[in-house]
Amino acid sequence: MNHIRVISPGLLTTVQDLGRPGYAHLGISASGAADALSLRAGNLLVGNPEGAAALEMTLAGGAFEFEPAAVIALTGADFDASVPMWSAVEVQPGEHVRVGHARSGARCYLCVHGGIDVPLVLGSMSTHLLTGLGGLEGRALKRGDVLAWGRRFRLPTAGPLPTAGPPPTKWGRRFRLPTVGNIHVTAPADASALCRETWRVREDSDRMGLRLRGPALERHTGHMLTEGVPLGAVQVPPDGQPIVLFVEHQTTGGYPKIANVISADFHAVGQLRPRDEVHFEQISIDAALALLDAQEKWLHSLV
Amino acid sequence: MDSSDRSLLVAFGEEISLAAHREVLRLTPLLRSASGVTNVHPAYASILIDFDPRAIRHRDVERTAAELYAQTATAPFPEPRTVEIPVSYGGESGPDLEALAALTGHTPDEVVAIHSGAEYLVYFLGFSPGFPYLGGLPESIAAPRLETPRKRVPAGSVAIGGRQTGIYPMASPGGWRIIGRTSLQLFQPDADPPVLLQMGDHVKFVPVAE
Repeated sequence: MNHIRVISPGLLTTVQDLGRPGYAHLGISASGAADALSLRAGNLLVGNPEGAAALEMTLAGGAFEFEPAAVIALTGADFDASVPMWSAVEVQPGEHVRVGHARSGARCYLCVHGGIDVPLVLGSMSTHLLTGLGGLEGRALKRGDVLAWGRRFRLPTAGPLPTAGPPPTKWGRRFRLPTVGNIHVTAPADASALCRETWRVREDSDRMGLRLRGPALERHTGHMLTEGVPLGAVQVPPDGQPIVLFVEHQTTGGYPKIANVISADFHAVGQLRPRDEVHFEQISIDAALALLDAQEKWLHSLV
Repeated sequence: MDSSDRSLLVAFGEEISLAAHREVLRLTPLLRSASGVTNVHPAYASILIDFDPRAIRHRDVERTAAELYAQTATAPFPEPRTVEIPVSYGGESGPDLEALAALTGHTPDEVVAIHSGAEYLVYFLGFSPGFPYLGGLPESIAAPRLETPRKRVPAGSVAIGGRQTGIYPMASPGGWRIIGRTSLQLFQPDADPPVLLQMGDHVKFVPVAE
């Protein structure tokens, strides 16, 4: 059987695909890769459909042994690794692919031709850590774990193995928000303060939310009826320190929402690490969607 | 109202009401099957619609939502189910029952009688998988949340937080006062549907021996 043996798991390595949309009405958020753009690019490099499951590593990667030979690609932030990043490469049976520390950014993706194969849960293989859903037993990988790969689909590979560079927009620390006044917020006054101040990523940030530290924003105590919250929503809990809701976010919330990160910047949110400095600025929704179009164009120019 | 560059919010007023709930209940399933819509988040008086901006844009979704809303006027109203939830009140299953009784000026037995005597409505599921937002808690047993939330509330715990009551589908941190526990599983990822309760259900708590 095709398998990957986990020689060392790294700090936090999970199976991720593009998530589990369609169940928010049951309280289940989509989850999926934190930097979906890098996952999709890696899959395209190895000839997979862009949503195939891969390994998401966080800050420090692991070591993995493939059996038999496999075509893999490592994408995402700049990690020390035994294989070149952003290239499809062939690894030999028994060879250990080692991924070290992130030199910048937070996450990388190890994609394999044929895809990682774990049971589908509600239509997705992605791990939802908070609820223990999906992935390998709903948890991060451990030493000695064995994962199957390549059984889900077989695609022809022909010609030289492709290579690419990281996305042209790379991973900024300046996040764009649709202009206040053009989107629904429950507490509009604070968005300008959000854009004025410098924020730092707190250590207790995770896939559920990026917690920021800075001058406390005005605390709103008015009546706040619980409503649905989208990915990238910027909420202000009672302590005035904003939270950017991320891939494992709750589906509904009652904290004041003051802004929303644009779709084209989601992948960069997934590359933030603790203590990173973060800034916000406002742009129009049309400009936000134009940035997303450009990103899609880059992705589809890869192979 | 646009909520982000890939979502918009349909609101039916700003208050919790049965009328708003019925609108949400009827429109939610229609929106879920609309093309380009990726997720639908119903709440008390609003529905957040996530969509794929590579396929459709805000104005398309708005138009679709308006058309579907027009259809709801003639759609049959789903017959509500009544789901009975067996609850072992007090003791190890409900460590906060006695304190809550003292806070609200009742005996523990009275709290159990009031809590299990009422009928509750599942306004929607949200927050975490299978978590029901229940309406209908008698005000006489409403009690403030714990000052220090517990690090771990066991799955199935039945609790009161402010003027709300709820059931924790899975073990998680929580600040509500735990008065009992049910052995029913509210969330089972392998089941179809994966949740025990659905929006619009009526819920009765039935006291059982531990």
